[in-house]
Amino acid sequence: MIIPILILVPFLASLFVPFLYTYVRSKKIGWMVLPVPLILFVILSLQVPKLASGENLFHTIRWLNAADIHFTTHLDGLSMILGLLITGMGTLVVMYSIYYLSEREALGRFYMYLLLFMGSMLGVVFSDNVLVLYVFWELTSVSSFLLIAFWHQRKNSRAGAKKAMLITVTGGIGMLIGFLMMHQMTGTYSIQEMIGMAETLPTNDLFIPAMLLILLGAFTKSAQFPFHIWLPDAMEAPTPVSAYLHSATMVKAGIYLVARFIPVFGESELWFYSVTFIGLLTLLWGSFNAVRQNDLKALLAYSTISQLGLIMSLLGIGSAAMLDIPGVDKTIYTAAAFAGLFHLINHSTFKGALFMIIGIVDHELGTRDIRKLGGLAVFMPITFSIALAGSFSMAGLPPFNGFLSKELFLEASLAVRHLGLPGVHTWIPIVAWVASVFTFVYCMIIVFQTFFGRQQQQPAWVDRGAHDPRPGMLVAPSILGALIVGLFFFPNLLGKWILKPAMAAVYPSFGNPESLVVHIAAWHGLNPALWMTIGIIFVGTILYIFLRQWRRIYTVSPFSWKIDNIYTLLLIQLEGNSYHLTNKYMTGHLHRYFTYILLFFIAMMGTALTFVWRLTFNFSEDAVVTINEYILVMVMMAAAVAILFVNSRLIAILLNGVLGFTVAFLFVVLRAPDLALTQIVVETVTTVLFLLTFRFMPDWKKERPRRPVKVLNAFIAVATGLIVMITALIVQGNRLFDPISKYFEDAKTLTGGGNIVNAILGDFRAFDTMLEIVVLLIGGLGVYVLIKLKDKKGGDGNENQ
Amino acid sequence: MKINDVILRTVTKIIVFIILTFGVELFISGHNDPGGGFSGGLVLASALLLLYMTYDIETVHKGIPFDFKKIAGLGVFLAVASSAVPMLFSNQFLTQEKGDFALPVFGLTELSMVLVFEAGVALTVVGVVVTILLTISEDVS
Repeated sequence: MIIPILILVPFLASLFVPFLYTYVRSKKIGWMVLPVPLILFVILSLQVPKLASGENLFHTIRWLNAADIHFTTHLDGLSMILGLLITGMGTLVVMYSIYYLSEREALGRFYMYLLLFMGSMLGVVFSDNVLVLYVFWELTSVSSFLLIAFWHQRKNSRAGAKKAMLITVTGGIGMLIGFLMMHQMTGTYSIQEMIGMAETLPTNDLFIPAMLLILLGAFTKSAQFPFHIWLPDAMEAPTPVSAYLHSATMVKAGIYLVARFIPVFGESELWFYSVTFIGLLTLLWGSFNAVRQNDLKALLAYSTISQLGLIMSLLGIGSAAMLDIPGVDKTIYTAAAFAGLFHLINHSTFKGALFMIIGIVDHELGTRDIRKLGGLAVFMPITFSIALAGSFSMAGLPPFNGFLSKELFLEASLAVRHLGLPGVHTWIPIVAWVASVFTFVYCMIIVFQTFFGRQQQQPAWVDRGAHDPRPGMLVAPSILGALIVGLFFFPNLLGKWILKPAMAAVYPSFGNPESLVVHIAAWHGLNPALWMTIGIIFVGTILYIFLRQWRRIYTVSPFSWKIDNIYTLLLIQLEGNSYHLTNKYMTGHLHRYFTYILLFFIAMMGTALTFVWRLTFNFSEDAVVTINEYILVMVMMAAAVAILFVNSRLIAILLNGVLGFTVAFLFVVLRAPDLALTQIVVETVTTVLFLLTFRFMPDWKKERPRRPVKVLNAFIAVATGLIVMITALIVQGNRLFDPISKYFEDAKTLTGGGNIVNAILGDFRAFDTMLEIVVLLIGGLGVYVLIKLKDKKGGDGNENQ
Repeated sequence: MKINDVILRTVTKIIVFIILTFGVELFISGHNDPGGGFSGGLVLASALLLLYMTYDIETVHKGIPFDFKKIAGLGVFLAVASSAVPMLFSNQFLTQEKGDFALPVFGLTELSMVLVFEAGVALTVVGVVVTILLTISEDVS
C-alpha cells in the first residue's frame, strides 16, 4: 500500500501549492515544498534492505476488471534506482531552486509543475500495468512541456516546449500501440506477466513491430539519435528544471523502459542491434556536437544526449546475455548492463552537479557563453572545485565515480567481439573510444575555458562582483560533489544494496543475482580498457590544445549537418498543407457540415444494412400496433411535413414542439415513463431556449438552391429517412449477438434498485453516466466561454483564425 | 412596454414549490420507480427557469445566490469522488454499496452509495442547464 501512496502524495501536494501560494507569496513556499520529496526519499530508502534481501513489493488496486486495467505498483531493484533518483534529485533541485529563482517569478506555478512531474515520474517507474504506465509517461511529457515553457513570454521557450512535446508524444503514441500489440500477444497488461511469457513471444508476428514501437517511445523520451533534437531546445527551461528533468530523471525514463523490457525482448538479435547501434550513434553524435557549442548549457545538453547514448548502448550490449549463443561467457555481457545501471546513477550525480554549477555561473555573472567567460577559479573556488569534480568524472578520470563506469563501458565494448555476430567485430570499441575522446575534450572545455585563462578579463569580473554564491545555493551541488568522490571510493556498497536487486530485475531468468554483480575496483591491472583510457587522455589533451585549429571542420559537411532542419521543414510543410486542406472542407456553412455527416451516415449504414444484415426482415417478434400509436405517428408525420411549408420561424418552432411532445406521448403509450418524463422536460427547456434566442435569428427566407444541390438534398433526406426506418425494422428480427437485456432482468437482486432504467444508469453502466455528466459540464462551460469571451468588437462573422 | 404579469407572478410563487418538491420526489423515488438523478435534475432546473422567466435575473439571484457553474462542477466532483471512494476499501472503481439504516422520522431506510452518485448527476444537470440558459439570456439582454 505504501507505493501507491508514494505516487499520490506529489499529486496531492501539487494541488495544494497554488492555494498555499496565495497566502505565502515568497521564497518560503520552496521550504514548504521541500519536505515532500525528502520524506518520500527517506521512505523509499527504508525499503532498500528489504529489496537487497530479494523481496519485491507488489500491490494492486483493482480498477476495471472488464478492461483488465488495474493500478498495480511494483517496487523492485530497477524501479528503486529510478525512485531514489527522482526523490533524491527532487529534494536537491527544490533546495537549489529556492535560491535560484527570484521572488518575482511565479513560484506557485513552478513548484506545482515540479511536483506534478515528480508524481508522474514515480508513476512511470512504479507502474506494472502498461496502460497506467503510458498515462504517467504522457503526464511527464505534459509537465515537461509546462516547465520548459515556464518563461512563456519568451518565444524560444515556447518553441522548445512545443518541440519536446511533439517529439516525445509522437514516440509515446507509438509506444502505446506497441503496448496494445503486447496485449494482443500475451493477453495481459502486466509487465511481470509479459516477462513470464517471454519465451513464447518471438515466434509471434507482432513481436518485431511491438518491439520497434516500444523502442520508438524509449528513444524519443531518452533523446536518442535522430530524436535528440528536442533536448538542446529544452534548455530554455530554468536551470533547476534542466538539472532535474532533462538530465537526471525524465530522459532516463526511456532507459528505464529498455532495461525493463530486456527480459521480454532480449532474446531477439534485432533488439540487441537496434539498442546498441542507436546508443553508440547517439553517443558519438552527441559528444562530437558538444565540442562545437559555445553556450555552456547547450554543451551540457549535447553531453547529456551522448551520455544517454552511452547508457543505452551498455544496455544493448547487456541484452546480448539473453541471446542464445553457445560457448559465450554470459557474465561479461551482464556486466555491461551492470555498468549501464551504475553509470545511470553516476551520470545523475555529475551531470546534476554540473547543471547546478552552470546555473550558479549564469546567476552570478549573467552569461554562460564560454567565449565571454574565463579565469573564474580565483573568484569562485568552491564552485570551481565542484565543477572540476563533475567534469573530470564525466571525462572518466580518477578519483571520481565516472572513471569506474567508463572503464566498465570500455571493457564491455571490447567484449562484444566474442559474440561472433555479423557486423560487430572491431568498430564498436573504436566508436566507443572516439566518442570518449570527444567527451574528454568537452569536459576540458567546461573546466578550462570557464575557470582558467583570460587573465585580462579578471578586472571585469571584480567589477561585477564575481564570487561564490550564498552558501544555500551551494548545498545541493556540494552534496552531489561529495557523492561523485564518495562513490569512487565505495562503489561496492552501491553494488551490494542497490545494483544487485536491480540486476535481478533485469535478468529474472538468471537465478542467483550474486553472480550478476561485478566487483568494482579502481585498479584492475594494466588491461586493454586502461590502455584505452590512457589513449583517450593523451589524444584528448592534444585535441583540446589544438581545438582552435581543427574546429573548422564543423563547417564542412557532413559534420555541419543538423537534424533540426528536417524537423523545421516537416513542421512548416505540415502546418501549411493541413491549413489548406482544412480550409477546403471547413467552409463555415452549416449546410455543408450536415451534408458530410449525413452522407457518411448513409454510406456506413447503407453498407452495413446491405452486406451484414443482407436486408432480411423478420416481423414475427414485432408487437401489434394499436390505434393510439397510429394516431400519434400520424400527428408526428403531419407536424414534420408541415415544417417544410410554413412561412414563419415561430410556427416552425411550435411545430417542432408538437413533434417533441408527441414523441413524449408515444413513450407514455409504450409504457416508458422515465423516457416520457425526461422528454417532456427537455422539450420545455428547449422551447425556452428557442424563445430566448428568437430575436437573434436571421430572417426566415426561402432559399433557391441550384438544381444539383436540390437533387442532392432530396437524396440525402430520402436516404437518411429510409435507412433509419429499415434499421428499425431489421434490428428487431435479426440479432447478431445475444441480447443483453437478460443481464438487466435481475436488476433488483444485483443492484437493489427496482427501477431498471436507473439501475442501468447508476450501476450497470455507471461509468458511461459519469463520463456523460463530465461531457455535459464541458459543454456547459463551453457555451459559457464562447458567449462571455467572444470578440467584443463584433468581428466580421468570419471564423478564419 | 411593461407586461402585466400579476397572474403569472402569483401562480409562480406557489407552483415553483410544487415543481421543486416534485423534482426532489422524482430524484428520491428513482431507485424503484420512474425518476432518478437526470430527470429529477431536469425538473429542478425547469422550476428555476420558471423563476428566472417570471422575475428577472437580479431578483432571483438575491434569493438563490449560487454560481451555477460551480454547482455543475460540484456535481461532477461528487459523482467522480463517490465512484472512487470504493477504491480506498480495495473494491473496484464504481462499486456501489448499500445498507439499511434506522433513521429518525423515516424509520428503517435503505441507503445506497448510488444516492451520492445520482445527486452528482442531478446537480450537474441543474448547474449546466441553468448556466447555459442564463449565459445566453444575459447575452441577449
